[in-house]
Amino acid sequence: MSNRIPEDPAIKKARAQAKLAAHRGMATWGEKLVPLGTFRAAAQEVGRELAEAERVAEIRAHREPIAEMAVTEGPFDRIAVFGGVYNNRFALEALLEDARKRGADALYCLGDLGGFGPSPEAVWPLLESADVRTIQGNYEQSLSSGREDCNCGYTDPRDNHYAGISYQYTAERCSPEFKRWMGELPQHRRVTVGGRNLLMVHGSPRRVNEFLFDSSSPDAFLEVLLDQYRADAILCTHTGIAWHRRLPSGRDVVNVGVIGRPGNDGRTEVWYTVLAAQTTGNLAVEIVPLAYDHQALAAEMRSEGLPEPFVETVLTGWWTTCLEILPARERAASRY
Amino acid sequence: METSSTAAAPAPPQFEGPAPRVALRSLDTLWFQVAGTLCNLACNHCFVSCSPTNHTHEHLPLSLVERYLAEARALGVKEYYFTGGEPFLNPDMEAILEATLQQGPATVLTNGLLLDPRRCQRLAAMSEDGAYSLDVRVSMDGYDAASNDPIRGEGTYERILAGIDNLVVAGINPVVTVTEVNVENGSTEGRQRFLELLKERGVSKPRLKILPVFQIGAEAERSGAYESWQHLQHGQVPEESWDHLQCSTCRMVTDQGVWVCPILVNEPDGRMGESLADTLDAFPLSHPACWTCHAFGVSCKT
Ligand code: SF4
Ligand code: SF4
Repeated sequence: MSNRIPEDPAIKKARAQAKLAAHRGMATWGEKLVPLGTFRAAAQEVGRELAEAERVAEIRAHREPIAEMAVTEGPFDRIAVFGGVYNNRFALEALLEDARKRGADALYCLGDLGGFGPSPEAVWPLLESADVRTIQGNYEQSLSSGREDCNCGYTDPRDNHYAGISYQYTAERCSPEFKRWMGELPQHRRVTVGGRNLLMVHGSPRRVNEFLFDSSSPDAFLEVLLDQYRADAILCTHTGIAWHRRLPSGRDVVNVGVIGRPGNDGRTEVWYTVLAAQTTGNLAVEIVPLAYDHQALAAEMRSEGLPEPFVETVLTGWWTTCLEILPARERAASRY
Repeated sequence: METSSTAAAPAPPQFEGPAPRVALRSLDTLWFQVAGTLCNLACNHCFVSCSPTNHTHEHLPLSLVERYLAEARALGVKEYYFTGGEPFLNPDMEAILEATLQQGPATVLTNGLLLDPRRCQRLAAMSEDGAYSLDVRVSMDGYDAASNDPIRGEGTYERILAGIDNLVVAGINPVVTVTEVNVENGSTEGRQRFLELLKERGVSKPRLKILPVFQIGAEAERSGAYESWQHLQHGQVPEESWDHLQCSTCRMVTDQGVWVCPILVNEPDGRMGESLADTLDAFPLSHPACWTCHAFGVSCKT
């Protein structure tokens, strides 16, 4: 830039002004300039204009059920559902204990067993012996298919750096048998609780890596998903932050939370969800905090040489990396 | 606005046979060309050729936006994007955002020049009161005036930063959109410099959206893309492989009707109908821009 002869300011100004006025009375049709009327007439020629009844039918077809995805399990009176173990066996042990005390008939895990914490393989026998019914998260998909990274694709180089470290740490410490087991997990489950049909997914019914945050999931969008997947409730995880909404139709969407790390709320507890049948026919949904030995987790993470920002999250309850997935509202509520 | 220039894209290959058709998988992202093609700038790389005098598409009034919002509810739209031109030239813009936030998350793409303190306060209040998230996305093309201003216009760098400052004072954390017009912008160092610049300006939680560059000149890449296109021409790729194209999940509303995507608004052929219900069928990828889109995977959303 600096080795060029500076342009005459007057010429420069005139050119800038000409540019601003270039389109008077004209339309931009691709690279060409045409009279406004020509563009508009051409556009009106294109596209469909359906009759009112046809439009109604089109919209109805768009909300039609998609496909039956899983056999239905249950019925149960009370279940405990959790996601995002992230190698945190301390929290998993606490959860098994807590859910038993709360009288859960069945335990469900919605995926993402690895990443973040230490000693990945340690959670496997715990899940197996407690008969936890597990589905695949994106982490299980990546690990079982031998991907090189977790495929998060953050724009902040620091996020990519830490995500890479934790993925590699987990991938190197999972046995081929464990990975094969992950690869065989189902992607969805259907469960009956108190006559209600619950669809369990990792991200969303449509995609394992779709984020369902409270502030970015409109009622109308969720109602259509429930129609399409013929469910009375959708249970998901993946985002790391728990929430529950009863929709205008009386159906429920619950992000059950994760037990692997805190919910970015300044508390050291982690969150999971207990769902129970009610005599009213509604579902009782309780998102419960779970205290566990987070000091022991932090100590082991340090001795394993895992990134200090991860340890900080365990000790403070605030996320320190990978915050860019958060929508504006959840980001505003976070410390970093 | 705010997508990379198509002007620099390599010449597309000549096709034979009918263009492949992309089905609308679900209508997740609804765009509004809310300021039409009218802008207070006339950036070199503006792929919609916006300017103060481009009336190809006009402003959308609140009443029209509300009609489409009602239809969008029935279709289960997940998110709403507002662009132009410069959205805040539209006198109804604040009311439009307020109405939208009652039914879903909204993102407004702005060049930052009209973000005065009053407007920023108003946006902050809306973002507090709305049922869903509001994102303000401000565009820049360089982390200094020397790289930004030749593209966006003399003096714009300082004015964009002033807008960002006003957002920060009001408590809004903007997303900054950076096109790779300056190739360096997307590199690790480039990103780092933007993040640092934003931190310096008091953006405590900086967020960046990098819009991809069209890798021209790389002959190998070009022919690679051509091959994959031919492949598709012969129908050998299953329908799900179109998932990376935004037209499989979006539509764009302008005052002239509903278009397939934000990229083709200046092509009459991109128009699909009058109401959203008219546009739920598949779209033929017959435009050269589609080839670029397919080869480089452009997505305009955050
Ligand atoms: S500010 Fe955006 S819409 Fe306006 S001319 Fe520049 S790129 Fe186009
Ligand atoms: S330009 Fe891109 S998004 Fe638009 S119709 Fe073509 S392929 Fe789809």
